[in-house]
Amino acid sequence: MSESVNGVAFVILAFASIGGAVGMLTTRNIIHAAFWLLEVMVAVGGLYLLLSAEFLAVVQILIYAGAVSVLMLFVIMLTLRRREDSVRPVEVSIGGGILVAVFGTVMYVAIARYGDRVGEMPIVVPDTAALGELLFTQWALPFEVASLVLLVALVGAVWWSREGDDR
Amino acid sequence: MTIGPSAFLGLAAVLFALGLYGAVARRSAVMVLMSLELMAVAVNLNMVALSRFVTPTEMTGQFFAIFTMVVSAAEIGLGLALVLAIYRQTRSIELSSIDSLKG
Repeated sequence: MSESVNGVAFVILAFASIGGAVGMLTTRNIIHAAFWLLEVMVAVGGLYLLLSAEFLAVVQILIYAGAVSVLMLFVIMLTLRRREDSVRPVEVSIGGGILVAVFGTVMYVAIARYGDRVGEMPIVVPDTAALGELLFTQWALPFEVASLVLLVALVGAVWWSREGDDR
Repeated sequence: MTIGPSAFLGLAAVLFALGLYGAVARRSAVMVLMSLELMAVAVNLNMVALSRFVTPTEMTGQFFAIFTMVVSAAEIGLGLALVLAIYRQTRSIELSSIDSLKG
């Protein structure tokens, strides 16, 4: 017995996420790029739901679609002096293209060779309550370290971005 | 139609490749940070998918994804603060304008 992923939902969400990423890279307006990124984040949150990772789906929407996108938009708007600055030519990088081609080939070979080694989807579904329990027992130390990392990053971000030359 | 782990791995690889291209090709610091976020999301998708297929009860991949999210949230906060600081110094967020260490 095995579970299965809803194929139609997967195709729609995969199309949405890849399309959003392509839109982010091809749009000339950097503000549109931020909104495309938001769309990718929401689509990936939907994919987490398909994988029955409900907690991660909610966290994904809250952190990436909520906080990070707003932060991006704030910085974009703070660093634009004129409205026209947001529109810029599409940049083409041959080196980047070669790098991506090599990476894509390696990934294609690796997935074609080893992708099916992982079997079918187990019938056991991850449980959000169990996730919370494990997070505060088995993963308690990494959890505390993560909160310390966030605190240091918070202080550092405030320190770096404040006004004044008295640094 | 069966969606196996390969489908998720392939999707994550495509997303990561697009993010990689953006991080290398774009010249605006904010666009590079956005591409880095895209790559982090692709890695997270990999880990959650493999966690669902391999360890559905231990959820190891989900915990790793949570901590990756923490690190990438810290990274994006610091990165954007750095962009703001650079903008104050040079009045520009083009990566080509950050060349004061050039010999």
